[in-house]
Amino acid sequence: MNAEVYVAGVGIISAIGNNTAENLAALASEHAGMNEITYLDTFYRNKLPVAEVKLNNENLATLSGLSNNISRTALLSTIAAQEAINDAGIENFSSLRTGFISANSVGGMDKSENFFADFLADNKKGKLRNVINHECGSVTEITADKLGIKNYVSTISTACSSSANAIFFAARMIKHNMLDVVVAGGVDALTKFTLNGFNTLMILDQQYCKPFDENRKGLNLGEGAGYVVLVSERVAHSLKKEMYCRLSGYANANDAYHQTASSPDGTGSFLAMQNALKKSGLQPNDIDYINLHGTGTQNNDIAEGTAIARLFEGKYPKMSSTKSFTGHTLGACGGIEAAFSVLSIKHGIIYPNLRLQTPMKELPFVPEIKFLQNQKVNNVLSNSFGFGGNCSSLIFSKQ
Amino acid sequence: MMEMFIRATGNISPQKTFGHVPFLNEPVEYFTNRLSCIEPDYKNFIDAKMIRRMSRIIKMGVAAATECLQEANVEMPDAIITGTAYGCLEDTGIFLTKLVEQKEEMLTPTAFIQSTHNTVGAQVALMLHCHNYNNTFVHRGFSFESALLDAMMLLSENEAKNILVGSVDEITNTSHTIINRMGLYKQIPSSNFALFSSNTKGTIAGEGASFFLLSSEQSENNYAQLDALTTFYKPKNINEIENQISDFLNYRSTSIDEIDLLITGKNGDINGDKIYEEINETLFKNKPLINFKHLCGEYPTATGFALWLAANIIKTKTVPSIAGKISVDNKLKKILIYNHYQNIHHSLFLISAC
Repeated sequence: MNAEVYVAGVGIISAIGNNTAENLAALASEHAGMNEITYLDTFYRNKLPVAEVKLNNENLATLSGLSNNISRTALLSTIAAQEAINDAGIENFSSLRTGFISANSVGGMDKSENFFADFLADNKKGKLRNVINHECGSVTEITADKLGIKNYVSTISTACSSSANAIFFAARMIKHNMLDVVVAGGVDALTKFTLNGFNTLMILDQQYCKPFDENRKGLNLGEGAGYVVLVSERVAHSLKKEMYCRLSGYANANDAYHQTASSPDGTGSFLAMQNALKKSGLQPNDIDYINLHGTGTQNNDIAEGTAIARLFEGKYPKMSSTKSFTGHTLGACGGIEAAFSVLSIKHGIIYPNLRLQTPMKELPFVPEIKFLQNQKVNNVLSNSFGFGGNCSSLIFSKQ
Repeated sequence: MMEMFIRATGNISPQKTFGHVPFLNEPVEYFTNRLSCIEPDYKNFIDAKMIRRMSRIIKMGVAAATECLQEANVEMPDAIITGTAYGCLEDTGIFLTKLVEQKEEMLTPTAFIQSTHNTVGAQVALMLHCHNYNNTFVHRGFSFESALLDAMMLLSENEAKNILVGSVDEITNTSHTIINRMGLYKQIPSSNFALFSSNTKGTIAGEGASFFLLSSEQSENNYAQLDALTTFYKPKNINEIENQISDFLNYRSTSIDEIDLLITGKNGDINGDKIYEEINETLFKNKPLINFKHLCGEYPTATGFALWLAANIIKTKTVPSIAGKISVDNKLKKILIYNHYQNIHHSLFLISAC
């Protein structure tokens, strides 16, 4: 159980790019992905900004090698997961014990919600092929089958912390010597279901979101997928390439305060970060960068900020919410932000927290607002907190 | 892995399984292709204000979890892990219906809030004020198995001593209509007791909430020991299935001769059941064997019911006659559960007397 788990590859598709290189370029040029709604067919077009992946389903189908009539969720997942595997460059991939552990919050809902309109009018109507992949796990299997991953396939759904949980569940399976290589992370496509759901909660900003700003008004929904390829020590040593970093710490805690709201002092967030540090054997002042959950809602940012203020007490690492670029990608955010964290270590870069004008008056620290290069980044903490009080933190460390 | 034990259970199913009741001695017969849970009076388990807000799956899950914790005499589990394939279908359907009917306007949040797949695990944590590890697996016929594997790893890692782990899935009118259209259920209703002699395609729908307190500590109250669990995905053919089962037993240094009872997941579908029948002629030949889906129906997390059945058979050293005409005695030591869901998700559980 003390074995190390390494990150051998990353793959990302989001509103700021269709692959890792495009995402990095957008982060460096401080170019956010929010826009008017272009692809989702909804009442809220021209009313609410979102961070859509800038490709229609036909384009995504071509990129993924899948049919264009399957769920956008599966298309996004396959593209990012395939990139991660290619990046890892594991020549004997098929002879190893491989796993695909993915996360999502609404599975094939983008298709189900269209089915449902026909079905409600007449229960005998609606194309079954549009509802056959409704289940979260079905989407995972479409990607796993496309990638040829078979030894272990599973799906986690703990709302917005889903993919952080998928990543560290995967790491534990490697540590238990059940698997050699796991592609882990998560995906979500924008759907009317989630857009309307978050809208009823009145936590969507009608402008571009401003995480950790005193005048923040809420979040922008996004979509995408992010995966890391985790490998055992043995596989890491057999590869010709240098590993990105280790996954050195992780923890999951529950806020147990409210189904959708965080406790004012961020109990769950505090416990997740504290326990992840404990697991990694690091002290708070070893952390060089925090990739914040930072949704831009009143509630999240004050709870997360309060927990950080308490845990890091006066010596604050650099931090930022990359949701100011990608929007809140729900089940995908832990995967996308894990990939960003890994790249931060690899390239010695810190991402800016866009549109932060007035720092929150309650907090003793201010997130980074400029893209920084040539930084010493040895340890990165990535936070993902969700509905149901589910809070998870991951720590990535340079070897 | 270290030793781990089933300390307590809480099971809401289409049979009389909840609370202090005799072990399946009054089986409930159904003449439809939809077996619905027999629900308890929730007032005894859940705050009255909460009951009104909760959908059926949440109430079933919370009540089964509460009953399990009470039986275990554990107030605060070290982790809460659930498995659900479909999640909260009723609330999902309510929100989708309003979204369509009201053309995305004037919607209210309650159904959306409760539609997320982690709602049951979250509500249990909220009720207990439990800040510990909390996870939800949503992988079709592997949902419960993944949850249980997570629990077993946590115990091995010494991250937890007592873990609440459960499976929960519900049928709604909508889901039943849609899955019926997909052709998964029998079209000619007959008795669930005659499920295995139907000789027709399709199965009967089921649902349930089965919770377990999994502990690393010995106790005279323990039902059984959970020795091992494995899953395999989309096996190519019957040979691969047989090899997987043999490897699983070999890895545990257990011979098939040591298995006193087999519990298999036959569901009455002539195509899917062929797999069990072939193995019954080879690997499982001449072994005492019972089935369980005539009692709980077919659903992706039905192995929760199977594990409850196995734990109770080991504890009581009896096989309810509705499960099979098999006499066992105090020498009953090991049970192997083998289930497949649509020949995609296969799982094996090895359980033994403490």
